[in-house]
Amino acid sequence: MIFNFIFGRPKKERSRRGSALADLRLGERAILAGMELSTPIAEHLMNLGFIPGLEVTVARSGPGGDPRVYRVEGTEVAMRRELSRHIQVELLGAPAFGD
Amino acid sequence: MGAATSCHSVASAPDPALGATYRTVAVVGPPNSGKTTLFNRLTRLRQKVGNFPGVTVEHHTGYIRDADGQEVALIDLPGVYSLTPKSEDEKVAVDVLTGQMPGMPRPDAVIVVLNSTNLHSHLVLAARVIALGIPTLVLLNMADELRKQGGHVDVLSLARQLGTPVALVSATTGEGIVAVQNFLSAAATSPDPVELPVVGSTRGYREWAVRVGENAGYRRPATPVWTQRLDAIFLHRIWGPVVFAVVVIGVFQTIFAVGQPLSNLLQRFLDVTGAQLGARLPQGIFNSLVINGVWKGTGSVLVFLPQILLLFLVIGILEDSGYLSRAAVIADRTMSRAGLNGKSFIPLLSAYACAVPAIMATRTIESRRDRIATILVAPFMTCSARLPVYTMVIAAFLPNRPLLGFFLGTRAVAMLGLYVLGFLMAVLTARLLKSTILRSRESPFILEMPPYRWPTLSSLGLRLVDRGKAFLYRAGTVIMLVTLLLWAATNFPMHNGKPPEVQNSVVAKLGHAIEPVIRPLGFDWKIGVGLVTSIAAREVIISTLGTLHGVDPESHATDLQAAMRRELTPAAAVALLVFFAFAMQCMSTIAVVRRETNGWKWPALQFGYMTIVAYVSAFATYHIAGHFFR
Repeated sequence: MIFNFIFGRPKKERSRRGSALADLRLGERAILAGMELSTPIAEHLMNLGFIPGLEVTVARSGPGGDPRVYRVEGTEVAMRRELSRHIQVELLGAPAFGD
Repeated sequence: MGAATSCHSVASAPDPALGATYRTVAVVGPPNSGKTTLFNRLTRLRQKVGNFPGVTVEHHTGYIRDADGQEVALIDLPGVYSLTPKSEDEKVAVDVLTGQMPGMPRPDAVIVVLNSTNLHSHLVLAARVIALGIPTLVLLNMADELRKQGGHVDVLSLARQLGTPVALVSATTGEGIVAVQNFLSAAATSPDPVELPVVGSTRGYREWAVRVGENAGYRRPATPVWTQRLDAIFLHRIWGPVVFAVVVIGVFQTIFAVGQPLSNLLQRFLDVTGAQLGARLPQGIFNSLVINGVWKGTGSVLVFLPQILLLFLVIGILEDSGYLSRAAVIADRTMSRAGLNGKSFIPLLSAYACAVPAIMATRTIESRRDRIATILVAPFMTCSARLPVYTMVIAAFLPNRPLLGFFLGTRAVAMLGLYVLGFLMAVLTARLLKSTILRSRESPFILEMPPYRWPTLSSLGLRLVDRGKAFLYRAGTVIMLVTLLLWAATNFPMHNGKPPEVQNSVVAKLGHAIEPVIRPLGFDWKIGVGLVTSIAAREVIISTLGTLHGVDPESHATDLQAAMRRELTPAAAVALLVFFAFAMQCMSTIAVVRRETNGWKWPALQFGYMTIVAYVSAFATYHIAGHFFR
């Protein structure tokens, strides 16, 4: 803890595959892969359209980068990083333009 | 397939053999699918909106005539995404649909309202409702938006696949609404689904929904351009918070700059009519009862109607336009610092209008501890009943000077300060609760961003009528009663058939009895009486002071503000404002907290805590402010 505090946290490797929704940058797109969330929360997200296999875009960001708004099939949903950290995605590549 | 043919706007003729018509029809749908707009449109002329006094019930019932002139009760249920009750409001919807709601018959039929611009997510709910086996009509709402944005769906194909009538409608424009009447007068036909997912995970349902949508040639419309453009600003990292601040300040300035002149006008009207009425009635005790008791007492509260309606209008516009969800995103960081669930934001924001609906709105919070914490802090938010008190005291003591041209005056700033004060105390209390008796894991903040829409006049109008009625009802009942009791207390004991000098009356004796308690706050016995009567409702203090000064020979002809200036030092006035910012002076709130928490424990704790906080803060304020105003 103290070591990290003084020397800064070790930089997390952003792997291009199998990263979390929270790791995406604003405007980036990815494919939803899975969730490590309790059943009611996962159910709720799926009811809103967050179904594995669908494309997700980081659409907007609140002040300070948290919470952020994610878009799936035209539905936009805001959530905090503490949640989007537990949603796995596979990256699609270049940021979407004109969106 | 008989049902599928009636899907079209022109319904099949009712089959007399099956004859049974519907008496009770539930309207169900996901949040923001336009259910209530539809409900209001359908029941517009025969609106009977009111809360059921049951334990957990919060739904509206309205009446509508079907094509044969038969009366049908429509039940507007809370918005749900699924039928697995996670929170209290979803439980209400499921209980009504399955006939488990006490005192409520199982509905004969269901109208499922879906957002046609987001069919894939919403068809899942339709499938779950259809699976209940009740006759169902599926309405694909927002047809106008679907078309405008280049979407498409084949209604007939959808009806065939679902085994229920389906109609494309727009609750806002009224397009296709006739389908509802036709459905209601058609014969009862249970759904006959061709292919519904029998068991299945949400994922299975969803795959089914996509397949059904594809079969019906569903083309999802593009995201509305304007929503994209506005969000690029409203949810911008820098501009977002700026817009948020401008909106919040704008709300308060509107209430002052527009509401105050309207209130003054109403006040003048009431003064003139009161004087005329007084001149016509014979002099004596009855004249005094009507003019000094009833007219002045209730009138002094009534003049705040314009400001309260304005507040509800502005909140209504924010809510209906879709900005409120964006504001929640902007405010979420602050909320999380208070240890509160992001979902607490919307109940807390509506607490700015009134704590009672806000406390009921906490039902959407799944975690019980978070829900209790939100209920306990909600009354700290500055509700509209505080507005009359704040307005009167500020207007009496603070001259209005422009600070930023027309946009911001000193009085609006003072008002804003009081709103911030209440909010800070709410945050502080929330932190205290969440780190002690209501410690829990944070539950997630998940909030859907609806597209921006123009608020409709009918929706805003209905809300204003509703709130206006509630306010007038309070003025006519609770406030009138307290005013009458007070009038009696000021006019007795009589001497030779004449009312006593005010200082010899019953009320003065009562006031002087409590004076030692409030003297340290800088209040005299009249304010003390007001503090006691305002436990009924905050704004009652105004009518109380109105009555007390109405009978006070010294201040007889002067208005209340001048009387306040004579009676209170500036430091005591600030202390009074602080007291009102923190005290839980509202019977309705106490009652609703008791109902929602199923017992007296929480409301008792809350009342005690808030009163102590109010007293201590007012005491400190009076003594600290006393140094500045010397």
